[in-house]
Amino acid sequence: MTNPSLEAVNLSKTYGSFTAVSNLNLKIEGSKCVGFLGPNGAGKTTTLKIFTDLIRASSGEALINGINVHTHKKAALASVGTVIETPEIYPSLTPREALGMVAELRGVPHAERRKRIEEVVTEVAMQDWIDKRVGKFSKGMKQRIDVASALLSDPTILLLDEPTTGLDPRGMSEVRGIVKSLKNKDRLIFMSSHILSEVSEVCDEVAMIDHGKLLVYDTLQNVTAKFSGGANIVDVGLTRALPAGALDGSITKLPGVVSAEKLDDKRLRIWCSGGPDIQEKILAQLVGINIGVVSFQPTSSALEEVYLNLIKDTL
Amino acid sequence: MTQSSTPRNNVPNSMAQVGITMRYTFRDYLRSRRFAILLVIMLLVSAILTIVVAHYRPAGPLASVLSFYSTWWGSFATFLVALSGVFFGGDAISGEFQNKTGYFTIPNPVRRSSVYVGKWISAFIASSIILFVFAAITIANVAYYFPGQNVIPWQFAESFLFAWFYLVAVLGFTFFFSSLFKTTSYSILVSALLLLVAFAIIEGLVSDLAQIEPWFILSYGSQIVGNVLAVTPHLLPSGQISYVPTYPAHIVTTTSTFGPRAVKVTITTFNVTIPEGLAIITAYFVVTAILGLALFERKEFN
Repeated sequence: MTNPSLEAVNLSKTYGSFTAVSNLNLKIEGSKCVGFLGPNGAGKTTTLKIFTDLIRASSGEALINGINVHTHKKAALASVGTVIETPEIYPSLTPREALGMVAELRGVPHAERRKRIEEVVTEVAMQDWIDKRVGKFSKGMKQRIDVASALLSDPTILLLDEPTTGLDPRGMSEVRGIVKSLKNKDRLIFMSSHILSEVSEVCDEVAMIDHGKLLVYDTLQNVTAKFSGGANIVDVGLTRALPAGALDGSITKLPGVVSAEKLDDKRLRIWCSGGPDIQEKILAQLVGINIGVVSFQPTSSALEEVYLNLIKDTL
Repeated sequence: MTQSSTPRNNVPNSMAQVGITMRYTFRDYLRSRRFAILLVIMLLVSAILTIVVAHYRPAGPLASVLSFYSTWWGSFATFLVALSGVFFGGDAISGEFQNKTGYFTIPNPVRRSSVYVGKWISAFIASSIILFVFAAITIANVAYYFPGQNVIPWQFAESFLFAWFYLVAVLGFTFFFSSLFKTTSYSILVSALLLLVAFAIIEGLVSDLAQIEPWFILSYGSQIVGNVLAVTPHLLPSGQISYVPTYPAHIVTTTSTFGPRAVKVTITTFNVTIPEGLAIITAYFVVTAILGLALFERKEFN
C-alpha cells in the first residue's frame, strides 16, 4: 500500500522566449486536497496539462505515483481522474454514452459500468439529462458531466483545473461538496482555482505559483500564519449587538488574539496568533464571556492577504 | 489512513482501446449532420443519373453492362470517395483541438495513437457505408437495364475494391492534414482543395504540358477505379457491335496537325497501370498515416 503522489521534478515549459513553468519542484503525497493558486498565466494550467499528457514538458519530469506521465502515460494516468479547462464531449453522444466510453477506456468492469455511470451522474445532479444528447447542453451542464467523468473510475488522484468555472452558484456549491466528500474518501486532490474562499473552504494545503515559479507550498494554516503577519483570521457571528467596550475591554485581551475589529453590530473579525488549537481556545473563551457567539469561521481573507503579498512581491 | 495508489480497474490494452474509440466515434458520426448531408448528396446524384438515363436512354452507357458501370460508377465513385474523406477525415483530429473534445479523451490512460486509429476506422466505416449504398444503387440500375445478364462482372468488383482501397489512402491523407492544423476550417479546406481541385489541375499540367507521368499524384493513382471498366467497341462479322473490356494503354501518343502551316503537335497522355495505381495509393496511405500519427503524438493542447 502506497500513498498517492504527484511530483514535479525540475519541471519546465517554454514557448519560444516565454517561460510558462520554470524549474518547478513540488511533491504532494497522501490523501489530502491541495489548492493550486496563482494569477492568470502563472503556469497552473500548464502544469496540470503536463501531468495529463495534454502538453509535454520542455525539461524535467512529471511523476504520478512515481511513474513518468510522458514515458508511461497509461500506467501513470490509470488511477487519475481529470477535469482540465472545460472539456467538450462528442455532441451526438448522451452523457450515458460519453461516460460509457470513458468507463470502457478506463477498464471499469462491465458488470459495474451501468450502475457506476448512474451514480456519478446522480452525484453531479444530471440524472434527468443522462439520455439527452450533449450537443444541446449549457457550459455548466457539460462541466458537471466532465466532473462525473473524472469520478467515474473511482480514482485515487484527482486533477481539477478550476472545476467550478462556468457553473451557477448552486453548481459551484455542489462541486465543492463533491470535492469535500472525496477528501473524506481518502484521495489526493490537486485543484487549481482563482476563488480563494473556495480553496480556504475545501483545501488542506496550498501551493502558490507565479511566473512559472513555485512561491510556497505548505498547509493552509502554516501559509496563512507565515505570510499574513503571523495571524489567522476568524469571522465571528453574534446573535445580538456587541456590548460597548467588549472589543477593547475583553476580546483583544484574550490569549491568542492578536487584534480584533468590529465589522458591524453583530460581526467581529479576529486575528489569531495560531491555528486550530489556538482558535479552539479563543472560541471557548468567547463563549465564556457570553456575547452570543453563533458562528466562528476561519476566513479566506487571510489567504487573500497571503496571496496578494506573495504575488505582489513577484511583480 | 493510507490510501493505495494502485489503480482500481484494469485498463484495457491499446488494441481494445482502438475498438472502444472506434465504436463511440462511429456512433457520433452516424448521428452527425455531415453523415446525413453526404448521404443526401449521394442519393441526389444517383437520382439525377437515374432520371437522365431513364429519360434520354443514352446509347453509350446502355451499350453494355461495363459501359454502364464505366459511365455511372466510373464518373462519380472517386469523387464520392474524396468527398467522404473530406467529410469524415477533414476535421477528425483538428476538431479534438479546436472543439476541445481532446480534453475529454486524451487525459485518460489511453495512447493518442489508439484515439487516432479508432477515429480513422470509424471514419472508414462511415465512408464505406456511403460507398456501399452508391454501389448498391448502381447495381440495381444495371439489373434493371440489363435483365438476365451478369450484373456484377469481375471488372466492377475489381473497380469497387480499388475505390475502397482509394478510400483508405484518402482518409490517411485527410487525417494527416487534420493532424497538421489545429483549426478545423483550415484542415477541411486544405484537404478539400487538394483532393477535389488541386490534384486534378496539377495532374493535367504535369501530364499535358510537361509531358511527365504524374506518378506522384494520388488522383492519378485513383484512375484505376475507372480504367478497369473501360471497353472498346468491336464490329462483329454479323454487323453487331461487341464491347470488349480493354484497359487503356499506359502511354498514348497522339500527333495532330494544326493550322495552315500544318504544325505537328504531339500529345502524350498517361494512363496509370494497375500495379502503379496500387503502389501510389499504398504509398500515400503509408506516408500520410505515419506522418499524421507522429504529428498527433507530438501536438500540444494549448
